Amino acid sequence: MNIYVLMKRTFDMEEQIVIENGEIRDDGEYIINPYDEYAIEEAVQLRDEHGGEVTVVLVGDEEGEKQLRTALAMGADQAFLINNEDVVDYDQFSTSNILAAFFEDREFDLIIGGNVSIDHSTGQVGPRLAELLDIAHVSTITSIEVSDDEVKLERDSEGDVEKVEASLPLLVTAQQGLNEPRYPSLPNIMKAKKKPLEVLDLDDLDLDEEDVEGKTEIIDQTLPPKKQAGRMLEGEVQDQVSELVRLVKDKAKVI
Amino acid sequence: MSDIQEKVFKGGSFITEDVLPEDIITPEDLTDEHEMIAKTTEDFVEGEVLPKMDQLENQQFDYAVDLLKQAGELGLLGVDVPEEYGGLGLDKISSALIAEKFALAGGFSVSYGGHVGIGSLPIVFFGNQQQKQKYLPPLATGEKLAAYALTEPGSGSDALGAKTSAKLNEAGTHYILNGEKQWITNSAFADVFIVYAQIDGDKFTAFIVERDFPGVSTGPEEKKMGLKSSSTRTLILEDTEVPVENVLGEVGRGHIIAFNILNVGRYKLAIGGVGASKRGIELSASYANERKQFNTPIANFSLIQEKLATMATHTYANESAVYRTVGLFEQRMGKLTQEQLNDGSEVAKAIAEYQIECSITKVFGSELMDYVVDEAVQIHGGYGFMQEYEVERMYRDSRVQRIFEGTNEINRLLIPGSLMKKAMKGELPLLQKAQNLQEELMMLMPEEVGTKTLEQEKYLLKNAKKIGLLAAGLAAQKYGEKLKQEQELLANIADIVSEIYNIESAILRTEKAIAKTGEAKNQQKILYTEVYVEEAFNRIEADAKETIIASESGDTLRITLSAMRKLTRHDPTNVIAKKREIAKTILQEEKYTV
Repeated sequence: MNIYVLMKRTFDMEEQIVIENGEIRDDGEYIINPYDEYAIEEAVQLRDEHGGEVTVVLVGDEEGEKQLRTALAMGADQAFLINNEDVVDYDQFSTSNILAAFFEDREFDLIIGGNVSIDHSTGQVGPRLAELLDIAHVSTITSIEVSDDEVKLERDSEGDVEKVEASLPLLVTAQQGLNEPRYPSLPNIMKAKKKPLEVLDLDDLDLDEEDVEGKTEIIDQTLPPKKQAGRMLEGEVQDQVSELVRLVKDKAKVI
Repeated sequence: MSDIQEKVFKGGSFITEDVLPEDIITPEDLTDEHEMIAKTTEDFVEGEVLPKMDQLENQQFDYAVDLLKQAGELGLLGVDVPEEYGGLGLDKISSALIAEKFALAGGFSVSYGGHVGIGSLPIVFFGNQQQKQKYLPPLATGEKLAAYALTEPGSGSDALGAKTSAKLNEAGTHYILNGEKQWITNSAFADVFIVYAQIDGDKFTAFIVERDFPGVSTGPEEKKMGLKSSSTRTLILEDTEVPVENVLGEVGRGHIIAFNILNVGRYKLAIGGVGASKRGIELSASYANERKQFNTPIANFSLIQEKLATMATHTYANESAVYRTVGLFEQRMGKLTQEQLNDGSEVAKAIAEYQIECSITKVFGSELMDYVVDEAVQIHGGYGFMQEYEVERMYRDSRVQRIFEGTNEINRLLIPGSLMKKAMKGELPLLQKAQNLQEELMMLMPEEVGTKTLEQEKYLLKNAKKIGLLAAGLAAQKYGEKLKQEQELLANIADIVSEIYNIESAILRTEKAIAKTGEAKNQQKILYTEVYVEEAFNRIEADAKETIIASESGDTLRITLSAMRKLTRHDPTNVIAKKREIAKTILQEEKYTV
């Protein structure tokens, strides 16, 4: 089976995020988008079960090579880094169109991406790409079974489980719970050094920057407001409940 | 796998030679593979080990065994084992990074170190081919676990005074071992023990003893102050039959193995100190931000800031010194052929060359860690005294670090002792330098010190080396052979030498980083270096003064002290202001950051 994994390099949410002049300060702490780790793990498991090859693809700047090497150390066979540094206004439209050009003359059975990235969290790239490639997609999957061309999936539908059947070629996006991503073992880290990693730029994909300029504009970025100290209600349980209902209705005005 | 520098330095040569930034290895020189190895280790420790900390601390050793086996599956047990024996044969920087990350796990990191370090390395370094083939592959995967048995009830620092006996049987096939080894890490579950015994009462020899050999048993678990996650028992040998082919190294040459393994144990312990200190800073900084008193986070109080800044500054110096030391091994090992690397004893030799640096980092790393965890408890206030806070465990876990792998007192005595030996053998031009210095001091004119970044620090380093030579030279002159009995002076000299190594490591690291990415990106490193050098220089001055006062009197004393004043005169740094700046970044990032 020919499996492709879409990856993104995101900042580490465990680090302090600082916003300066409307921009997130670059502190140099980056990771593989955690949802993409589920995608990599699933791809490697499917490859081990059905044979074939796992190719990881990352659109971003050259720094993304580190994250690609990590994916190779997790078991992927080869990697592509598509350099998007020349694109000035960049958004999900850009990524999905760059990827569509990448996939144009490639054979694939399955494309797996993360369900969202933890930075912009739009969840658009997977579905957009499927649309551009004119294939079916199933998002937020928590289980996948492939036999021949038939695929049985379970997806997380806002807390409910939806069972879906589809056929290859197919694009899916991974939700938490799909699997437990492995730690890259030391022998595999050393092997990853020797696995092929190719860097492409827009020219290689016959794209001009203008073709993929983003369609949206970020006007401002802010941190979530600081959590206020909670208020403890006192008295008889009955009174506390009444007070709570009153506060929720009149003060917070949420119902 | 790292960029090996061409130059190879002699152990202890930092005292007499000038070292350039490009000559040393720093944490900023890590390769992508190094970073990935560190990340795998960190994720493993945080994801698998820390969630089991309660069971581990409760001494449910099946958890420890299980985790060690998991670590084996990830390759974490085979880093120092050559590839042909089932390991990975990676560089020492990789194993240092792993040791640093494991330090978070407190007592479990000692189980880990007991296995991969002192347990397995004697065979890696000194085993013959059959022994390596038999024992190393299962040790590298974790199928079998190892322990190291040197200490006895009556012999701690005086390890060669061991009483455990070994006698060849009549058939000449087995040695019969009798005795007790005390405080043996991993003893509850280890399959293989490296045991030292005296053959015929006087030939100190190392043996590989399997748990299943007849007459091997262990005593009850010790009740320890800290490191409770690790198993510590007595190893009892009663007419234990050990096949002659299990003699490790040569008969009567066990001290060579013990000595080399101690060196490894020492620098590894210092690395653990770096890891634990970083954790202590992280916990303390986030707690200080959260905890409010008088309606304000305690992080806003400058006394709390001062603590965090000092903790981080010391950690920086320690980290710089430790990775520089590991780099020294690498540089030397880089000159070895593959055959020599596989031989192992050559690797041990490359490490032993730097026994002075190993002792320095051990003493400093353990004292730094003790300082950091102590202040971490202090910042946590009464909560730090409660077991539900991690710093409480860290405080208890830290204390023994100053005792094991050679007490800090023994290590302090070793530093000037080894330097003297090297000087006598002509390996270091110490005596020559000391003589030149006397003449130089007579004519010394005050020097104009530039104001560019680190110029003053480099000037102080240069002078610190002179002060060290002056104090040590006078003490040697006055006491000669009897200096051995003046342990206070030897400890002072050791501290001066150590501080020279630390400040030089910090300066060189910062300079190297500036050369690479510029001053603006290295502000925190510059601050650490300025503060550390100022404070360490003052300590050097005090130690030197005390030493000189104990070695000279009358006019000579007055003249010498005034000569030293020429060397100590400098524009002092305002450390209070700089520490506040350091703390600001630490509190913002809520962790040790460079």
